[in-house]
Amino acid sequence: MALRSVVSRKTLAPALRHYRSLTTFTLPDLPYDYGALEPAISGEIMRLHHQKHHQTYVTNYNKALEQLDAAVSKGDAKGVVQLQSALKFNGGGHVNHSIFWQNLKPVSEGGGEPPHGALGWAIDKDFGSLEALVKKINSEGAALQGSGWVWLALDKEQKILKVETTPNQDPLVTKGVSLVPLLGVDVWEHAYYLQYKNVRPDYLANIWNVINWKYASEVYEKESA
Amino acid sequence: MQPATACASSGLTIPWLRRCSSLRVKCSTSQRAHCASTSTADTAEPIEPIEPIDPIETDPEPDPEPFKLKPLPYPFNALEPHMSKETVEYHWERHHRGHVDSLNAIIQGTEFAEMELENMVLTSYNEGNPLPFFVHASQVWNHDFFWETMKPGGGGNPSNVLKYLIERDFGSLDELAKEIQNAALTQFGSGWVWLAYKAHRLGVGNDINPRPSKKDKRLVVVKTPNAVSPLVWDYYPLLAIDVWEHAYYMDYENRRGDYVSVFLDKLISWDVVSDRLKNAMFRASKREKMEKREMLLDKMKEAKLRVKAVDLRPTPKARPKMKRRQY
Repeated sequence: MALRSVVSRKTLAPALRHYRSLTTFTLPDLPYDYGALEPAISGEIMRLHHQKHHQTYVTNYNKALEQLDAAVSKGDAKGVVQLQSALKFNGGGHVNHSIFWQNLKPVSEGGGEPPHGALGWAIDKDFGSLEALVKKINSEGAALQGSGWVWLALDKEQKILKVETTPNQDPLVTKGVSLVPLLGVDVWEHAYYLQYKNVRPDYLANIWNVINWKYASEVYEKESA
Repeated sequence: MQPATACASSGLTIPWLRRCSSLRVKCSTSQRAHCASTSTADTAEPIEPIEPIDPIETDPEPDPEPFKLKPLPYPFNALEPHMSKETVEYHWERHHRGHVDSLNAIIQGTEFAEMELENMVLTSYNEGNPLPFFVHASQVWNHDFFWETMKPGGGGNPSNVLKYLIERDFGSLDELAKEIQNAALTQFGSGWVWLAYKAHRLGVGNDINPRPSKKDKRLVVVKTPNAVSPLVWDYYPLLAIDVWEHAYYMDYENRRGDYVSVFLDKLISWDVVSDRLKNAMFRASKREKMEKREMLLDKMKEAKLRVKAVDLRPTPKARPKMKRRQY
């Protein structure tokens, strides 16, 4: 038995020892100015959100990836498992916020325009109307305890739209592997506190003025093809 | 139609009285209402006054505010410049009060309204399957605890037993601060960081330590998500740091680490923490004594039962004597 494990380690070791370059991540640029989303979201919030919070997630994610790389090369199973929560949090934070910046658009560039085409029909089919969808997302977002995200998701397997919430920075896939995020709304307090204080429902009501439905439509059409 | 007759006791003419030839006419007791109000004769029979019906003990109006928002132990601006007046005001006035109001709205009129807050937190936690109002009850308790942990001109060093235990369990105050920082930064999301006094318990029904000693009980740093507090794990909380973003965002933006280090350097009231520790140690040792007593009582009961079982065997004396034949 011991011999067998020694043999298998020998066969695995060369595979582990091959050189692997670690891809690090960088903070993506915003496609608009910090102040372009006013008055729905203030410029100060956008600046802090992007430059401080998202940057911290990226930095810590890179750090966690380096540690993961080291643990995997050493064969340190315990270390690999211990890093999972940091990876989920920081990696999830990076992924979620990257989607979020795409989900927002200044009013002057088409933010807030309701969806047309395939996504519009799908919304009417699955929720009744855009108003009903907005109401559902707002109520789920307001009811979420603590920190998290509200998503409009496409379930690729069942081919329907769903509204989901995830806690903290958990990415949408933790709720279902076939879920694709179309729209995500950050309901962490840092996303609205400086402007709306504790009145999360006001933030949720106003953010619809700057939601980029075009991006959501593009993703929908691509993923449901 | 018989003529109306006069009532014998009051003399009034009552249309409904009937005369029976052999009996004296008398008002029936059920019709004496008129006598009670009109009779003035001294010869009138004493009339039992109509007893007022005992008012049915209806439940009194349910108190619309079973819990009141506890006032802060200091004015809003007392913690400046480390925690701004704005932060304290919004935190207390909007968040803390919001939880109190939500809690009152949910429990009003239910049996929970008479519970103590701490009891309500433990009950509503429901072993990890929290009831809808757990978040409000727990946040009310947590925030009360939090405000009392701070004081204007706080900071400094702990003393006496607290200092001894910190040094025993963490090495030094700096080590404790480092561990609290680490807990705060790895509390991914909203939550709280606590220093708690932990009496080593397994959390199962019969986990009575047969030889409790002071060494089993330690100070621990714990972090909890959202509204959870270490009360639900049977710990004795000593200090609490709110790491929800609303507690520090206006002053420190995203720098949670800075907020926590300023909290420990400039805001914390070590006196309050020491008092809580004293209380915790007392309650823990009292509880252990009671449990030890109960355990001994159980053992005695068991022993008695065993003795009784032995007694059930017939003794030699119980055998009947053989009769001698009469020759």
